[in-house]
Amino acid sequence: MKTKKILLAHGAGGKLSHDLVHRLFLPYFDNDLLRQMDDSAVFSSEKAGRLAFTTDSFVVKPLFFPGGDIGRLAICGTVNDLAMAGAKPLGLSAAFIIEEGFPEETLEKILQSMQEAAREAQVKIVTGDTKVVEKGAAEGLFITTAGVGIVPEGVEIQSRKARPGDRIILSGFIGEHEVAVLIARGEFSIKGEVKSDCAPLNGLVEMMLETVPELHSLRDPTRGGMATVLWEIANASGVGMVAREELIPVKSEVRGVCELLGFDPYFLANEGKLIAICPEGAADRLVLRMRSHPLGKDAVIIGQVSGENPGRVLLQTRIGGHRILEPLSGEQFPRIC
Amino acid sequence: MKKLDEAGEARSRLEKIALLSDRPLRLMEVCGTHTIAIFRTGIKSLLPAKIELISGPGCPVCITPQKEIDRAIVYSRMENTILATFGDLLRVPGSDSSLYEEKSEGGDIRVVLSPLDAVRLAQDNPGKRVIFFAVGFETTSPATAFAVREAGRLELKNFFIYSSQRLVPPAIRALLSGKKTRIDGFILPGHVSVIIGSHPYEFIAREYGIPGVITGFDPLDILEGIEMLARQVREKRAAIEIQYRRVVKPEGNVLALKVMEEMFRPAPALWRGLGEIPDSGLFLREELSGRDAARVFPLELPDPGEPPGCRCGEVLQGLIRPPECALFSRACTPDLPVGPCMVSSEGTCAAYYKYGRELMAKQVKGQSSKVK
Repeated sequence: MKTKKILLAHGAGGKLSHDLVHRLFLPYFDNDLLRQMDDSAVFSSEKAGRLAFTTDSFVVKPLFFPGGDIGRLAICGTVNDLAMAGAKPLGLSAAFIIEEGFPEETLEKILQSMQEAAREAQVKIVTGDTKVVEKGAAEGLFITTAGVGIVPEGVEIQSRKARPGDRIILSGFIGEHEVAVLIARGEFSIKGEVKSDCAPLNGLVEMMLETVPELHSLRDPTRGGMATVLWEIANASGVGMVAREELIPVKSEVRGVCELLGFDPYFLANEGKLIAICPEGAADRLVLRMRSHPLGKDAVIIGQVSGENPGRVLLQTRIGGHRILEPLSGEQFPRIC
Repeated sequence: MKKLDEAGEARSRLEKIALLSDRPLRLMEVCGTHTIAIFRTGIKSLLPAKIELISGPGCPVCITPQKEIDRAIVYSRMENTILATFGDLLRVPGSDSSLYEEKSEGGDIRVVLSPLDAVRLAQDNPGKRVIFFAVGFETTSPATAFAVREAGRLELKNFFIYSSQRLVPPAIRALLSGKKTRIDGFILPGHVSVIIGSHPYEFIAREYGIPGVITGFDPLDILEGIEMLARQVREKRAAIEIQYRRVVKPEGNVLALKVMEEMFRPAPALWRGLGEIPDSGLFLREELSGRDAARVFPLELPDPGEPPGCRCGEVLQGLIRPPECALFSRACTPDLPVGPCMVSSEGTCAAYYKYGRELMAKQVKGQSSKVK
């Protein structure tokens, strides 16, 4: 049987476009809002609060990697950006740019994975768009998602709110997404069992905010990794930070790949981890609560915010020495998300 | 086993080092991997002020002359050609381009982790020629030698080597005979020595009266290496000792040395910063000249000289520290590097930029005690 391919005409807005949406997209994303097929999804929220709005594009290469694929990433990325503002997602948009000749079967796999990720995050895809471009004008498939969410009353999470004495909490092992994608790319002759940590964090964040609504800052360390996020928070808040290397969870496979390629795990991208800056008195309680959630089971306090050396992040090394963690520069791999 | 009290052991080593060093010591770590490890693990922030660590010419990318980068760029522009090399080389600026820019312009440039991957590329692309731009010290040259042998076994007609390989001991000799800087001891490279053993360094102690210790890369290895050097200086001895005993044997890796000898011959070669050094380059043997890109595709390129203002040459000899260069962290950063020492992840300038600003680390030394 000949494999079905996406054609330019599938993006032309005519009958073929209509068919494609009804045959492939709707069955996976189906919900009351999307089903109406109007130009905009119109909806209201019963919950009070301010709106959060975010967008992200996904161009990861390869499209599939251990632990996820571009579809899962496109849902989790945007859900997590909302979650980092403390927002509960109301709905997502998904826009697809597809290269002519892309196999339908592969597209379907990606849609299925988006459906699963959206279910995990308990969020609906309420509007979407599909365009097809000539062969060579895109590599396979690009996805852009946007999301709207509601920030509950009383929640004020910002990078500039870290205060001396606050504790730095990391939700689990770092570096897995970037290493999984690098291995999957096959450019380096390395093999490994590392899976991307790609996951929607809104459930974990919701639980965290129930425990500590006054949480100061939340960030997901994607591109640039933990080091870059800590540096950004330190600079936005005008504070210093000290983290302890021995407390930062890094799996031995990730460490091994880092040694081979000369990388530092602190700069590697994650897609299912968060860093929280929490008032000192609530930190232990928060970590305990996080550990009861599957995505926070390895949560740990890795250091604290200090009033000294504003804008500097110090890493206290295993042997008790120091180094300064700077934001990532110069060595990043493109297209990891 | 890893769970031993690293911090405790480090403290006791540091105390011993402090006791042993009764005068200021200038120790050179020759290898870029040591430079990085010293910064990453915070060793610089822990050592007594009397011990000064200076970085030597031990980053293969950094010492590769610009002319050879230019040449690789020209090769990458040839029709039907795949240029394969190690990732660190891509961003090194040539005279008017870099391999990275060439790649973005459509040049077929592949990053490999091992020279054998380049052989595989030649196998998979029989219609193209594959040129492996071989840069590296004794650590990587056995793998390149194996790759040449493998290409021969497979009778690949499309596999070539452009060799910029260098040998470490001749560079140390050149550095010492130049007498431009005082060195009280050498932290000698662990990986290189796995291959060549300790004998090729004997001249350092014998002819120049300077101790050397072949050292591993864990922080405790490095501290032990420094302690062994301090002890030799204190006891007024000069010998080549091995700290990294778990992998380095005095005679080295005999099998690897044999393959290297079968494939390569030493010859004079140019080093950035150090000039031409006798017998310091490794090139394909005469009978393998059919795989030697420099022979098969001869090129006459002008000598570009060094980038204006760049002091990588002095950095590589331990004559200045990176912050003493006017370009450092201003015109020259890892994002927009001018000189090779800022490009390579093992380059001294990149290490200072990323981990160092050493002064800062010293200023904030007291802070750690407050961490819970």
